[in-house]
Amino acid sequence: MAERAEHNEETGSVGHIAPAKLYVAIWAVLMVLTLTTVLVSMVDIGPMNIVVALVIATIKGTLVVLFFMHLRYSPKLTMATVIAAVFWLFLLLSLTMTDYLTRAWSTYPGH
Amino acid sequence: MATAVQIVERENYLNSNYGIKSWLLTTDHKRIAVLYLISITAMFWLGGFFAMMIRLELLTPAGDLVSSDTYNKLFTMHGIIMVFFFLIPSVPAVLGNFLVPLMVGAKDLAFPRVNLLSWYLYMAGAITALTAMVTGGVDTGWTFYTPFSTTYSNTHVIGAAIGIFIAGFSSILTGLNFIVTIHRMRAPGMTWRRLPLFCWSNYAAAVIMVLGTPVIAITLLLVALERAFNIGVFNPQLGGDPLLFQHLFWFYSHPAVYIMILPGMGVISEIVCCFSRKRAFGYEFIALASIAIAVLGFLVWAHHMFVAGISVYAALVFSLLSYLVAIPSAVKVFNWTATMYKGSISYNTPMLYAFGFIGLFTVGGLTGIFLSSLGLDVHVHDTYFVIAHFHYVMVGGMVMAYMAGLHFWWPKITGKMYPEAWAKLSALLVFVGFNTTFFPLFILGYMGSPRRYHAYPPEFQVLNVLSTAGASILAVGYVLPMIYFVWSLRYGADAGPNPWNATGLEWMTSSPPPTHNFDETPVVTWEAYDYEHQPQEEITVGH
Ligand code: HEM
Ligand SMILES: [Cu+2]
Repeated sequence: MAERAEHNEETGSVGHIAPAKLYVAIWAVLMVLTLTTVLVSMVDIGPMNIVVALVIATIKGTLVVLFFMHLRYSPKLTMATVIAAVFWLFLLLSLTMTDYLTRAWSTYPGH
Repeated sequence: MATAVQIVERENYLNSNYGIKSWLLTTDHKRIAVLYLISITAMFWLGGFFAMMIRLELLTPAGDLVSSDTYNKLFTMHGIIMVFFFLIPSVPAVLGNFLVPLMVGAKDLAFPRVNLLSWYLYMAGAITALTAMVTGGVDTGWTFYTPFSTTYSNTHVIGAAIGIFIAGFSSILTGLNFIVTIHRMRAPGMTWRRLPLFCWSNYAAAVIMVLGTPVIAITLLLVALERAFNIGVFNPQLGGDPLLFQHLFWFYSHPAVYIMILPGMGVISEIVCCFSRKRAFGYEFIALASIAIAVLGFLVWAHHMFVAGISVYAALVFSLLSYLVAIPSAVKVFNWTATMYKGSISYNTPMLYAFGFIGLFTVGGLTGIFLSSLGLDVHVHDTYFVIAHFHYVMVGGMVMAYMAGLHFWWPKITGKMYPEAWAKLSALLVFVGFNTTFFPLFILGYMGSPRRYHAYPPEFQVLNVLSTAGASILAVGYVLPMIYFVWSLRYGADAGPNPWNATGLEWMTSSPPPTHNFDETPVVTWEAYDYEHQPQEEITVGH
């Protein structure tokens, strides 16, 4: 894979032809995951509902980006860009949570 | 010493073809830079007009010139125009567009058409926002805090928000273009360690633009959606949280203040080296400090929310992280001064502005540290102290840097020299006017005068009058360059390729540069700012 990325960097080409079978397989996985999301939403597992939905959505997004958007065959700079974007989203969420998760801890007893 | 007097007028990007269409459909980064220059200058005057209205109202304690509603709209429109339509595009979209390809030795940016698109998006955003202003105005402050902008809003918030949303894409595209250009299009031999610091700092700003701008765009879209369709995001009655807006807004808008200062820092690095005839002291540190600022700048946003009701524990974390940003900022200031140490300094206009920048940015940055301390911020939050702080960094810092850069590269952009004596006078007026306008605001804020009111207690009048008087001086300082820059287009002396005897690839091509920048691709074998190995020639103009 590293080889392929280098090759791309040299020729500057972004084209990569993956076998059609692969695309069909990914599509099938996406459909199964979608079905799972729908089914899980019908059972009440409390706060876990949202967790499961988000995890599945993340997996689906990753598949789309890696294969349909050809990230897997892209130059390192493109990968770095995507990783940075995900990391920045993580910063946004985690630092915001420092507020939401600790807002209720009271500083003074009785408050 | 007369460098290359041009007898036959060489073909350049300005005279290669004529007509309005050749400008509006151009993909030449230099012409797009000029388009931006004209557009943001118009916005600067509009924003300046609102500022003068604000200062005139504050001349007297009574709210007599305009009603409180009008006053709210004035400061909102001033803020929106100056931040989103002037300062953010100022150095990147004008000087960056013009210079980044020249400095790396490329023929153009990586995506010339996308570059033109970014200008059209900017214009579309500006026109949308201006329409909202003309048809009734916005009164939420440039920060669009909920619930002012949602539940209690009675003005054209959606229009203004959409305008900023559209302009946001223009800034993303510019950032993208810079990143790809700097990564992929450097001339042979132009390694990262030889890259001019202007490119490094624009690169850092570009990273912020690309990673941060989507967040503000989506946030404003959420406000619009909540208003239009009652989807609960920020409104507690609909299950939302108003503080979530502030988190999302500042996640972009604090880093955005670094979009507004980093490119300016790049300008200062170029100018300080050139007019001290020295290599940059601690080149690597200056370069990496830009990256450090870009990253750390994303970790401090809640310092705008200390008194808004966020968790005290989160506030502690954000306070500490805010202190950390000061370190790379200080690294730069110390390195500029160390660069000047024992240099052979000449006091041309760009350097005068650079001096102004260094002093005023330091004041602005240090008062940022005051504001980041939890105890002090409770006292001065939402007072004129904050106004003074950010005007020191934004106007004292970035606008000074922009002016410095315009003077420094004007000969390259137009091929003409500006009149040095007038320019020095204007630099002086700007410096004096700026401090007279904004220093009193520190005192006012410290004494507890809140921002965003059109009336104030009579005991605050003296300082307010001082500030308004200063603003008039400042205005003269900004009008002068407007006049002599235009004057120089016709009457200015020919600049020649390198009037400052500066290093950097942009100075190795003719002024104004030919459409394709270089006759042949340059090959770089030297480090940036190799002034010590250059023949010690005098700067050729401006004595
Ligand atoms: C040394 C780095 C800096 C630190 C530690 C810092 C810290 C702060 C803090 C804590 C506040 C919030 C004050 C309050 O509302 O009570 C603030 C406000 C502000 N700062 Fe800075 N700052 C720094 C640099 C800058 C720079 C470089 C700029 C712009 C170029 C800037 C622009 C602003 C603006 C626009 C506001 C006010 C926003 C508003 O409420 O309208 N700051 N700063
Ligand atoms: Cu901030």
